[in-house]
Amino acid sequence: MAQIRDGNLLSLPTAPTLAAWGAAWSSACTGVDCGGLKPFFLNSVLMVIPAVLVSTVLGAVNGYIFSKWRFRGSETMFAMMLFGVFMPMQVVLLPMSQILGWLGIANSIWGLVLVHVIAGLPSTTLFFRNYYVGLPDELVKAAMLDGAGFWRIFWRIVLPLSTPITVVTLIWQFTNIWNDFLYGIVFSGAASKPVTVGLNNLANTSSVVKEYNVDMAAAMIAALPTLIVYIVAGKYFVRGLTAGAVKG
Amino acid sequence: MTAGAGTAVARSAEPFGARLARWVPKLVLAPSFVLAFLFIYGLMAWNGYLSLSASRLLPNYEFVGIEQYQRLFESERWWVALTNLGIFGGLFIGCGMTIGLLLAILLDQKIRVEGVLRTIYLYPMALSFIVTGTAWKWILNPGLGLEKLAHEWGFAGFSFDWLINPDRAIYTIVIAGVWQSAGFVMALFLAGLRGIDDSILKAAQIDGASLPRIYWRIIIPCLRPVFFSTLMVLSHLAIKSFDLVMALTAGGPGFATDVPATFMYTMAFSRGQIGLGAASATIMLATVAAIVVPYLYSELRGRR
Repeated sequence: MAQIRDGNLLSLPTAPTLAAWGAAWSSACTGVDCGGLKPFFLNSVLMVIPAVLVSTVLGAVNGYIFSKWRFRGSETMFAMMLFGVFMPMQVVLLPMSQILGWLGIANSIWGLVLVHVIAGLPSTTLFFRNYYVGLPDELVKAAMLDGAGFWRIFWRIVLPLSTPITVVTLIWQFTNIWNDFLYGIVFSGAASKPVTVGLNNLANTSSVVKEYNVDMAAAMIAALPTLIVYIVAGKYFVRGLTAGAVKG
Repeated sequence: MTAGAGTAVARSAEPFGARLARWVPKLVLAPSFVLAFLFIYGLMAWNGYLSLSASRLLPNYEFVGIEQYQRLFESERWWVALTNLGIFGGLFIGCGMTIGLLLAILLDQKIRVEGVLRTIYLYPMALSFIVTGTAWKWILNPGLGLEKLAHEWGFAGFSFDWLINPDRAIYTIVIAGVWQSAGFVMALFLAGLRGIDDSILKAAQIDGASLPRIYWRIIIPCLRPVFFSTLMVLSHLAIKSFDLVMALTAGGPGFATDVPATFMYTMAFSRGQIGLGAASATIMLATVAAIVVPYLYSELRGRR
């Protein structure tokens, strides 16, 4: 800490230590609790895995229907869902907190999972739909002539061709949900706060001396999962995302 | 599993099986569509109703007309929030696009480490605004960050107290926001630049057009659709921005850096002014809709 106060922004630490990381992980204070970022991090993990998987699977099926099984009114339905991508989420906060209360999952991780799944549906549907529109219709038609049904075509023909868009959607949903703060702060209770809320509380907890090293270590911990995903798979993500955005 | 059964039935009893097969997509789509529909439009209407009610600490469905909106627009704090959104939105979009485009043009000069740079510029996008805000809070802290750095380099008169200066604090949010999004904008523009036909550029070069002129007269006009997509993305990011403000300044000093999103949160969840919060959310929704609906409409029209 002394180094931070004496040195400047660019001076490298003279005695690097991982102590701050340890403190940020397990003993830094957020408000009155001093359990570090660990419980928040675990909450985020528990929340992000089901939310990402469910919203991606539903998006894939919806996109498949909106592109290959169109029916009267399906385009209108798609347009209506599309608005959900842009809608400011402030609009749903008040009613949603009441609904979660009625369902008995207010302040729980499951409440957050539910909100993230529904809020993510429009984007995942959009991603898969735009991708599947590019697959030739003949593939589906030929399979239908051979007697394959709805699910078998999806499972055997469409899904094996979906790897690029699945990667994009998984990364997109993972970063969005992991980094979400608004739902986290509004819908979570004391025991279900995600890591972003934990970090914000930690950074705003004023002690006698502000421990910037611990704050920054905590920020790094909160950022690590998404950063790793980007470092490992960022290339595919950029390719898929920009192709869609420029085209669409 | 349904497929196997469905097709088996289809072969033996044609009419029923065929009808069933036709209904499968609709039945599969129904649950998630209904959920999303209720979530988007049902809650929108509900919020709209709340904004016309007398709700304060608890929802109260007594109808009071546009009283909450009157209170909203008489509130000084709301006007501060709107002004801030104007400053933040304008600068965030303007600077974000300019820097993103410049970076894209520089990266497009066929330099060797392009792939590496392109990925690195995108890393900020992986971060939560909360992480960005926490980091910039330290960098911009007058006692520890940039100001101290400049002092130690010998610029004793250098003062950079924007973070705690009520008139300047909003600009720190712009800085952090642009830092976060410039890489993404760059990626969009870069993809657009790659999509431009090389032969047009060759032709212009043969005609003796200078490089800046080619960029100004040919390339940038070709990028119009990308400008449009980027504008959409950035403007709705700006209107929704909440996390960054909360992490960097929490709307302070005082309420000098409030934006509509933080105003709504404060009113609805910590000041016990549910009706007022709902009214401000409705205004946000109307603003986004005014930008997005014409865009979506033209997009869907254009595709047919």
